[in-house]
Amino acid sequence: MALAFDEYGRPFIILKEQDQKTRLRGIEAQKANISAGKAVARILRTSLGPKGMDKMLQSPDGDVTITNDGATILEQMDVDNQIAKLMVELSRSQDYEIGDGTTGVVVMAGALLEQAEHLLERGIHPIRIAEGYEMASRIAVEHLEHIAQKFDFGPTNIEPLVQTCMTTLSSKIVNRCKRPLAEISVKAVLSVADLERKDVNLDLIKVEGKVGGKLEDTELIYGITVDKDMSHPQMPKQIQDAKIAILTCPFEPPKPKTKHKVDIDTVEKFQTLRQQEQKYFDDMVQKCKDVGATLVICQWGFDDEANHLLMHRNLPAVRWVGGVELELIAIATGGRIVPRFQELTPEKLGRAGLVREKSFGTTKDKMLYIEHCANSRAVTIFIRGGNKMMIEETKRSIHDALCVARNLIRNNSIVYGGGSAEISCSIAVEAAADKHPGVEQYAIRAFADALDSVPMALAENSGLQPIETLSAVKSQQIKENNPHFGIDCNDVGTNDMREQNVFETLIGKQQQILLATQVVKMILKIDDVISPSDF
Amino acid sequence: MAIERILKDDASEEKGERARTASFVGAIAITDLVKTTLGPKGMDKILQSTGRGQEVTVTNDGATILKSLHIDNPAAKVLIDISKVQDDEVGDGTTSVVVLAGELLREAEKLVAAKIHPMTIISGYRIAAECARNALLQRVVDNKENAEKFKSDLMKIAKTTLSSKILSQDKEHFAQLAVDAVMRLKGSTNLEAIQIIKKPGGSLKDSFLDEGFILDKKIGLGQPKRIENAKILVANTAMDTDKVKIYGARVRVDSMSKVAEIEGAEKEKMREKVQKIIAHGINCFVNRQLIYNFPEELFADAGVLAIEHADFDGIERLALVTGGEIASTFDNPESVKLGHCKLIEEIMIGEDKLIHFSGVEMGQACTIVLRGASHHMLDEAERSLHDALCVLSQTVNDTRVVLGGGWPEMVMAKAVDELARQTPGKKSHAIEAFSRSLVAIPTIIADNAGLDSADLVAQLRAEHHKEGCNAGIDVISGSVGDMAELGISESFKVKQAVLLSATEAAEMILRVDEIITCAPRKREDRM
Repeated sequence: MALAFDEYGRPFIILKEQDQKTRLRGIEAQKANISAGKAVARILRTSLGPKGMDKMLQSPDGDVTITNDGATILEQMDVDNQIAKLMVELSRSQDYEIGDGTTGVVVMAGALLEQAEHLLERGIHPIRIAEGYEMASRIAVEHLEHIAQKFDFGPTNIEPLVQTCMTTLSSKIVNRCKRPLAEISVKAVLSVADLERKDVNLDLIKVEGKVGGKLEDTELIYGITVDKDMSHPQMPKQIQDAKIAILTCPFEPPKPKTKHKVDIDTVEKFQTLRQQEQKYFDDMVQKCKDVGATLVICQWGFDDEANHLLMHRNLPAVRWVGGVELELIAIATGGRIVPRFQELTPEKLGRAGLVREKSFGTTKDKMLYIEHCANSRAVTIFIRGGNKMMIEETKRSIHDALCVARNLIRNNSIVYGGGSAEISCSIAVEAAADKHPGVEQYAIRAFADALDSVPMALAENSGLQPIETLSAVKSQQIKENNPHFGIDCNDVGTNDMREQNVFETLIGKQQQILLATQVVKMILKIDDVISPSDF
Repeated sequence: MAIERILKDDASEEKGERARTASFVGAIAITDLVKTTLGPKGMDKILQSTGRGQEVTVTNDGATILKSLHIDNPAAKVLIDISKVQDDEVGDGTTSVVVLAGELLREAEKLVAAKIHPMTIISGYRIAAECARNALLQRVVDNKENAEKFKSDLMKIAKTTLSSKILSQDKEHFAQLAVDAVMRLKGSTNLEAIQIIKKPGGSLKDSFLDEGFILDKKIGLGQPKRIENAKILVANTAMDTDKVKIYGARVRVDSMSKVAEIEGAEKEKMREKVQKIIAHGINCFVNRQLIYNFPEELFADAGVLAIEHADFDGIERLALVTGGEIASTFDNPESVKLGHCKLIEEIMIGEDKLIHFSGVEMGQACTIVLRGASHHMLDEAERSLHDALCVLSQTVNDTRVVLGGGWPEMVMAKAVDELARQTPGKKSHAIEAFSRSLVAIPTIIADNAGLDSADLVAQLRAEHHKEGCNAGIDVISGSVGDMAELGISESFKVKQAVLLSATEAAEMILRVDEIITCAPRKREDRM
């Protein structure tokens, strides 16, 4: 192919420098891609479900991460293969869109690829497989909607939300205290949620962590924490009914951006300049005081003199607060960020009921709590834990739980977890396959088999006999025509996921199936891989 | 069709059994490393840094040892991390936590080899840890009400903590120092008010506690060496050349006479500043920054004691202790809070002159002066004392106390053992293993002391079969003794932290079934 002949029979090269490139074509390319995709899925397979194992990842700099979150594992894995990168993308997009189910989507895609391999061996054209998958996924998504249930919750009745978040958290290392964490997540989401528009701005929830203490000490703060302390060690540590001036200008003499020089050539000039400088500091502090501020939060540093003046005028101040935190403080306290001292007015001050400094342990770590804010929309989840890795993992888990709660507020339909939704879909797809006339029938049936692989992995990870358990549950579902039967991972004694209170969101599940199908279709359509060979 | 490489060239991947083995091996190696430092007869380690000077540290403190290690094994890093956290949170028990976590993993390894799933082990460990905590909770002694008894508790804890350190020779002396220092704090955990000064020379016994504050600085020339009823101004201001801070200012002159004029003006400015400072009615001035000769001279003329270049910590502590505020502007003398103390004098410790502030306003502050033969000795003494101070200050807040010498471990082991017998299912193996790991700690203590651990631990176990037994290992006489009589106590908070963090770390490592190591970032050659 790379060599063609022109009308005179002279050869010419289409693809240059053949020896420096490797090339795979046709069925070989597809098989290579499939095996790469499967390899990635195999890594994640053992992390699925409440009894899933963790992975330990060592970064190029030697830092260790221990996690069970699919998206995090894949992101840190240093993947080189192109197809494997596609799988990483897949998990990431599930993370962005839904926030949870990042492992499940990859396992699903892996299973679909595995089934496709069998079909390819039988000589079915990849496009036909892709089309069959497409049809099947549509059937599955419709079926999910069919079996989904709506459930009601309100600011007073948060129990269903908590249950769903607990399902998400139970697969993480934090499952020891999943109940409190789930409650914290739900309360956090509800306090920032806009229930009328059914939207949640997760930016308003800050997840902070500090090493030390127990996981049980994790708390929800209706306000903001800042990892800073007062600029002067002798400033008051607690301020009631604070009026906060939020500044982005330093307490320093002005530095005009245009280049300039002030020449001092006489003694008088030297003295006036000196007075001017003192006046600057005085004015700055006075302006803050005049508008009635009782706390100054500044993005920049303070000069020693200014610092003392602030202290002197009994005006507590915090310096070097990051931009993001500054914005959050502004949102929470209803204040405005003020870039110049001249523009400081009483209306622009933020308000908070209580600002206090809290210290931890034997080290001199201090943090600033800003609570009871005027506009208490912003909240902070403050995580404590035995070590840094634990906190990082808890952060990721809380993130997942927050996303789930958000999704439920957006759309309150749920399906039952524990693999029950997949099994039910599989039955539906299987039934639909027989009605389809074309070659796609095989692909649709394969899709049903692939759906089975998720509950199978769940059973396997929980130490159950996968095939036995799956077939038992499946027959039970068909016999009793009840889509709530799933894998009993926690050894509770019942297969009914409704009794076990294991829920997942409908959109999460739908998205999993759609995204996995899309990626698999894309991989199947590749029939030529050209890559620079190793050097 | 060969599977193509998924990962980058240098990255490696270990799966299932191999991954688990790798993390077990790493964790157990770390445990074995620090194991020998446990207990009163534990040995020290010499650490040599790779940096310039090849500095040597001799220590017995688990956190210090682990902090200085360069470890490649990810599981070992988890253990180092928990030891660091233990240090930050409670200050002591840094070795115990690593040893317990390591023992838990060692037992887990056996269970995994016996085909018990890690998840089962984890759930067993969790139940066992909870049970152990409750067992310990039932046996705690709380002498909060009785001040006299509480003080003796503190004394015992201090002695127990110090007995495993280099200070063990003079533990009575140092325990007294530490307890006195902490009692002065009156319940606050603010260890900043306790200052530790190290001066080589003399022997460890010469160390003493001073109720005042000692600043490691010299008094300026020609200034009074002794001030009674001192009024102190603590400042952070430039006393060298007070620069004009307005950006872009510079001096440009066209003749020599002008230079002299401006110099004069500068001098005048400084003189004014000094005048303003003196106008506060002070007789002692402490500055964080340098004080140049000219202002120093002015201060000397006014009979004011000027101390320059006290570092940040010194300044803050001094301000805290004397009750003054740190000032940077001097225009309103009436509203600046000055610090007070009864007496400032220059004292000699060894060969060095130091400034001693006594009779300070805040009675909580004190200074511990450590003396010792060498720097290494002093460093280690400081670390040991720091451990003791941390534990004591935590105990003041959480007054629950348990006995030491392997007693808590035996109590917990007994309770956990009983639980194992009542628990049906595979978990009971894990619970049993947990109890074995707990017993490993007294075993190691005995081993380190060169005693027959098998015999002693068996005796101990038999003793503990009786209700309300106080038996533990008496390392000094090499037998089982009554810990209450011997006065060996530990803080409940430390024990609890050890138990919980060790279990958490073991759980974390057990859950891992795959290790993916990324290609190390390429260092650029700086040749």
